[in-house]
Amino acid sequence: MTQNFRLESGGLINRSKKISFKFNGKNYFGYEGDTLASALIANGVHLIGRSFKYHRPRGFFGAGVDEPYAIVQLYRNGETEPNIKATEQELFEGLEAKSVNCWPSVNFDVGAINNFLKIFLPAGFYYKTFMWPKSFWYKIYEPFIRKAAGLGTASIKHDKERYEHKYEYCDLLITGSGPSGLASAYSAAKNGAKVILAEDKSRFGGTLLTSDVNIGNQSGKEWADSIVSELKEMSNVTIKNRSQVFGYYDHNMLVMSERISDHLPKTKKYHPKQKLWYIRAKEVLISSGSIERPIVFGNNDTPGVMLSSAAKEYMKVYGVLVGKKPLVFTNNDSGYETAIEFKKNGINPIILDTRKEPRSEIIDEAKNMNINIKNSYVVVAAQGYKKVKSADIAKISDDKEKLGSIENIDCDCICVSGFWTPTIHLASQSGNKTKFKEEIDAFVPGISKQNEKTLGAANGIFTLEETLKDSFEQGNRLSKKITNNDNKVSFPNVVEKKSAVHDKFWCVPLPKGKNYKRFLDFQNDVAVSDIEIALKEGYRSIEHVKRYTTLGMATDQGKTSNLNGLQLVSKIENKVVPAVGHTTFRPPYTPVSIGAIVGREVGKHSKPTRKSPMHSWHEKNNAVFVDAGVWLRPRYYKRGDENLFEASKREAKNVRTNVGVCDVTTLGKIDIKGPDAAELLNRVYTNAWLKLPVGKARYGVMLREDGIVMDDGTTTRISENHYHMTTTTAQAANVLSHLEYYLQLVWPELNVNVVSTTEQWAGAAIAGPKSRDVLKKLFPKSDVTNEGLPFMGYIEGDLFGVKAKIFRISFSGELAYEVNVESDYGYYMWEKIIEIGEEFGIQPYGTEALSTLRIEMGHVAGSELDGRTIPYDNSLEGLLSKKKDFIGKRSLTRKAFAAEDRQKIVGVVPLDKKTSIPEGSHLVKDSNAPLPNPKLGYISASCWSVEHDNPFSLAILKDGKNMIGKKLFVMSPLKNKVIPVEIVSSHYVDPKGERVRS
Amino acid sequence: MLYIKCPHCGMRSQNEFSYGGDATIKRPELGKEISDQDWDNFVYNRKSLRGKHWELWQHISGCRQWIKVERDTATHEIFNTLKANEEISL
Ligand SMILES: [Zn+2]
Repeated sequence: MTQNFRLESGGLINRSKKISFKFNGKNYFGYEGDTLASALIANGVHLIGRSFKYHRPRGFFGAGVDEPYAIVQLYRNGETEPNIKATEQELFEGLEAKSVNCWPSVNFDVGAINNFLKIFLPAGFYYKTFMWPKSFWYKIYEPFIRKAAGLGTASIKHDKERYEHKYEYCDLLITGSGPSGLASAYSAAKNGAKVILAEDKSRFGGTLLTSDVNIGNQSGKEWADSIVSELKEMSNVTIKNRSQVFGYYDHNMLVMSERISDHLPKTKKYHPKQKLWYIRAKEVLISSGSIERPIVFGNNDTPGVMLSSAAKEYMKVYGVLVGKKPLVFTNNDSGYETAIEFKKNGINPIILDTRKEPRSEIIDEAKNMNINIKNSYVVVAAQGYKKVKSADIAKISDDKEKLGSIENIDCDCICVSGFWTPTIHLASQSGNKTKFKEEIDAFVPGISKQNEKTLGAANGIFTLEETLKDSFEQGNRLSKKITNNDNKVSFPNVVEKKSAVHDKFWCVPLPKGKNYKRFLDFQNDVAVSDIEIALKEGYRSIEHVKRYTTLGMATDQGKTSNLNGLQLVSKIENKVVPAVGHTTFRPPYTPVSIGAIVGREVGKHSKPTRKSPMHSWHEKNNAVFVDAGVWLRPRYYKRGDENLFEASKREAKNVRTNVGVCDVTTLGKIDIKGPDAAELLNRVYTNAWLKLPVGKARYGVMLREDGIVMDDGTTTRISENHYHMTTTTAQAANVLSHLEYYLQLVWPELNVNVVSTTEQWAGAAIAGPKSRDVLKKLFPKSDVTNEGLPFMGYIEGDLFGVKAKIFRISFSGELAYEVNVESDYGYYMWEKIIEIGEEFGIQPYGTEALSTLRIEMGHVAGSELDGRTIPYDNSLEGLLSKKKDFIGKRSLTRKAFAAEDRQKIVGVVPLDKKTSIPEGSHLVKDSNAPLPNPKLGYISASCWSVEHDNPFSLAILKDGKNMIGKKLFVMSPLKNKVIPVEIVSSHYVDPKGERVRS
Repeated sequence: MLYIKCPHCGMRSQNEFSYGGDATIKRPELGKEISDQDWDNFVYNRKSLRGKHWELWQHISGCRQWIKVERDTATHEIFNTLKANEEISL
């Protein structure tokens, strides 16, 4: 393919480097520095896709972020990405892109029938038609819409690319490197402020790259280049291209996405694809410029119709002609600049100016170049289906209501300029209440909400001189506030052509008998007629009109459509535009990839993985791990072909008959010190703590103020003013915050310090009738007899040279000990226990066996202390002190908590002694009762009792106290099970608790 | 993301803190008789006001101190922050 539309010379591309690429399977080439859009246009390709709703042919409308519809599916290095703007995607060797919204192909599109049936697809069509009949939705409507609509296909493969997050702080963040961005960055940098300057394109300079101006003795572009190279040398300046600041959040935090590798065929080694910057700026200067607005006319979405500024940019930056027979349709002088550029490149444009007799320097220049100018003329409609072939034009009356006779003229593109719309998205996101500026028919930022200031075109200032003056000054003023330096930059002489006033004309009336579609929102296919219908149907609020018609929605966020939509509503409603108001701008300003938002927090990196010091031993011994909060814990140790059920049964049985060892490092541990430590415990726990002797442990339950059980655990008095508290694995962090809350805010007079020591200690529970035998050999120098170390006793011991804490406490209900050593010695301790325990048949046991042991003992854990139960419900009422007050005590007197038939923990055994009971099942009286069947309680935990060799569960049951011995049914609709059961005591094994004391 | 001045550590991002509710609620004294209504007011009843609100935050990933923050619930503006032992003047 030859590049028929590439100019012989000119542009900022590198013509010495050819780049080949593929579009819809066809091979093309372009140059380094092209975008996919500029390269396609150079090759004469204007048909790029189909529109969202009517599947009308779509070409290019803009040249950058303003593009509403040139969206492609991109293929890069074996990966695919949807929703890529061809105008923003830089060309790289081997790039492949495909059209979206076309099925089966861009040239023959089945959905285009929507266009001929458009009478059926007016505003609200989806809401109205597809609602009925209901059964049609899944079978017919949805699959059809899914296939025919959308902006591409997301990849379902794992994304191999890396994305990073960065947190940054600066004095000034400047969003955009046009004249206002460069000038303000420069004067702020000269004052020594820490500046970040962000540009979304690959080239710095904004409009200076395309406008015919002089600053000092340089062209606009030369001036921009020299400022940029000076800024790059300054250590207090970070200057980033390919970086879009897309969101303005609370307290001056902005988020920027930097596309580091998207312009390369492949991401470099050790580089991320994209980086998301969270920037906290002291001051923000919004220099995001403005976007040209279209004028609305018939078939204004035909490929070849585009913004006049885009046509100019394709010529000046890429050396590409968007057409060879251009028509420029304008209501202001910007169109003339584009026409002049065409003329300079040997093309003869025709200008249609809606104004009657405008006079200005630019117009004079065009006239001097013999450009054909038709005043008081409009384009009524574009003609041509897949590309503009001609235009119906007409003279328009002075009141802009009546059209003269229609003439048809040949053209291959229509460059439209309906004046400029300031890009106020960031200011609006920051909370700035925007105001309407009559002279430019557009909204500009009003009073700043956060520390933001808008400059230049984004603030509705369209002359270069004024923009530079204001920007130099603001950059200096704001940086001076921060650095106290005042290095004034001398203001350069500016040469620019003066413009005439623009015409407020924005929409061409329909000629008699014609019913052309006149589009407002090109991305969402919203035409003038759709808004008219919405208003006719009673929609008034602009927010409702937006949602009903989809005007200004999706990735486009109304960049080109917003104001024309408002003009239309205000005209029909006979209100002024500011009375209609605009819809809320929401972040992101442009689409952000999910990968960038997620960053490095993918898979195993999404949360930390905590491992105990004994982890590698467990791994070596075939442990199967389970996530327990942020910890990885052995669930069971697999022997041979054992499954979970068999292994956990073996492990639990071995604890009941011999001795087992369990890694309990994950238990929360809090070190408590101070003269008032006992008093704190006495207030936090429900039972009495003032008289606990040194060297003794006690079980305690703590409540929230609302009377609900928060956590349980044992606390040991290590010395006079020193306690060691344990919490459940899950509640460790909450309990620490809870203690800190009371110590810092409620009872600051208590002289106590608390600190988490969870990770300082490695813990092993040694449980079973032979555990004392193991302990004796483990601590030959210590007295671990029943007298020397009784139940709930505590001593310190010497584990072959390592200091150890030995607690005689039990979760399994057997004679048991917990040994703690400093974490670094955890592995050593564990190996010693295994080595010494061998002769007594010791086996490690995991969390599954641990659960079995505690369930059949009736010991409560997280599934019973689930944030809905009070002490009574868990049969812990014996631990409620009557003599003292404690946190949550007053709440226990509430009527519901004291009800006679209050729920209570019970045991549940299936009548057949065989069927396992699913956790979460409901307990009912009559399994055949009509629905809703009254629910009496629920199964909180289930196990296979190794003591009785049958299934056993714990349940929280209404009036549990009086239900022992009753027969009920367990129902699990999820598992489709109905099991007849008997209610028994929750203490299924050793109800008198003799073993722990043996 | 809010930017909160911890009176102990300085300006820190919101993700270092956890929220703790109304800072003007006083816990009734231990062991003192209290009516059901007063207890319910302490445990459950909170104003959900729009505007200036004194509230508790804990600098959980920092100094672990509970602090008092005066914040506008509608605009997120923060007017003042105090240490746990400093009294709020309403
Ligand atoms: Zn702090």
